[in-house]
Amino acid sequence: MKYTEEHEWIRTEDDGSVVIGITAHAAEQLGDIVFIELPEEGDEMAKDDEVVVIESVKAASDILAPLDGEVLEINAAIVDEPGKINDDAEGDGWFFRLKPADLAPMEEYMDEAAYKAFIG
Amino acid sequence: MSDLKRTALFDLHVRIGAKMVPFAGYEMPVQYKLGVMKEHLHTRASAGLFDVSHMGQVILRGENPALSLERLVPQALAALGEGRQRYAFFTAEDGGILDDLMVANRSDHLFVVVNAACKDADIAHMRANLTDCDVEEITDRALLALQGPAAEAALASLVPNAANMKFMDVAVMASDFGELWISRSGYTGEDGYEISVTNDQAEALASALLALDLVEAIGLGARDSLRLEAGLCLYGNDIDTTTSPVEAALEWAVQKARRTGGARAGGFPGAKRILAEFDAAAPARRRVGLLPGTRAPMRAGTALFADDTGGEPIGIVTSGAFGPTLETPVSMGYVATEFATTGTEIYGEVRGKRLPVQVADMPFRPSTYKR
Repeated sequence: MKYTEEHEWIRTEDDGSVVIGITAHAAEQLGDIVFIELPEEGDEMAKDDEVVVIESVKAASDILAPLDGEVLEINAAIVDEPGKINDDAEGDGWFFRLKPADLAPMEEYMDEAAYKAFIG
Repeated sequence: MSDLKRTALFDLHVRIGAKMVPFAGYEMPVQYKLGVMKEHLHTRASAGLFDVSHMGQVILRGENPALSLERLVPQALAALGEGRQRYAFFTAEDGGILDDLMVANRSDHLFVVVNAACKDADIAHMRANLTDCDVEEITDRALLALQGPAAEAALASLVPNAANMKFMDVAVMASDFGELWISRSGYTGEDGYEISVTNDQAEALASALLALDLVEAIGLGARDSLRLEAGLCLYGNDIDTTTSPVEAALEWAVQKARRTGGARAGGFPGAKRILAEFDAAAPARRRVGLLPGTRAPMRAGTALFADDTGGEPIGIVTSGAFGPTLETPVSMGYVATEFATTGTEIYGEVRGKRLPVQVADMPFRPSTYKR
């Protein structure tokens, strides 16, 4: 598992795809999440594109693509029940699965220990 | 946050895990450990305790303070019975609204509660215009709100006589926490109370209420979603100096005695425009409830359109959030009068997309006042 400074996690699967979500810390900071807009399957994204909109009881936030790639699958369950992201941000609250076009940025991202230090 | 003021409950808030934010010049709790959603639902299911000590508490004394205050508001206060409270608003010469307030008749004086952000201006306004009254700002008292279906049981366990009050009654009651000034009212659409208590007893009273299983501490976040579901205006968002009472759909709060043909018609700032809007010239826009057609909340500032493409805005959202009780987003805002009919389908532009939204009656959730 890798982590970005934007509080996303990226998990590499056995088939080479990556699953992306936000960290439990980010979900807690956002507060109760009431709305999420995900990309569509088949969408192509470039790193740093605004690909997800999250709204909590407090405010709206954009989530940036951490990698270039193509969306293979989205987690439709969190669209119907955004509270799942608060309940299990790093498990059932995953956002989408990506076929990465370029894994080079992964070298820059933090491991768990570094992320923990980052959020203090 | 060194320039911010603190209420008498600041230490309690911090001790029980509040997240403190700047609000109207005060450090106030926006939420506690439960979080906004659960705090909202707890208030609707049981009872929530709010610190609203940032609001202004003012006593007006004079020969006939109710009649004097009628010079500044379009409400009939001279007719307000002893021990009763009424919603009112200060109007401006152009017919806008300077602030909204609660006015209570406490026999030989009026007790007035005004918004925190406006209180200095309100007090100056009263002192300048009510030279026949003594305007005393009460600074040695905190103000708590206890709201929800279990509010009566909770307060009555400490102050039994509070159970005998009805909606908009006010009373002074002796208690273990000194003299309490209690009103049966609030800002959530729920039955409940607002309780003025001396600063030195405020923490003891709040702690005694929070010790009850029925009661949880509730922050400003849930206070906002609760009042929005109840269709209640937030001054500065839904009403302000640019909105008239009729535009704001607040006709219900202007009694007949102050309208054209009434016993004390007019005689308040902006009467010419305000009464004209009652009598003939319907204003060009109206405050309405809005129910978004998707899960995307339509927040304050969202532009409203007649169609899904093109055209100029026909209105704007002034408050919007997710409504935890309704499990759907809810908003209110102003639309051109021709679109103000309940059920009219319009569009709100959210992140560049026109999303459907329906004009709806308020309150979104029926209020449960004990009348």
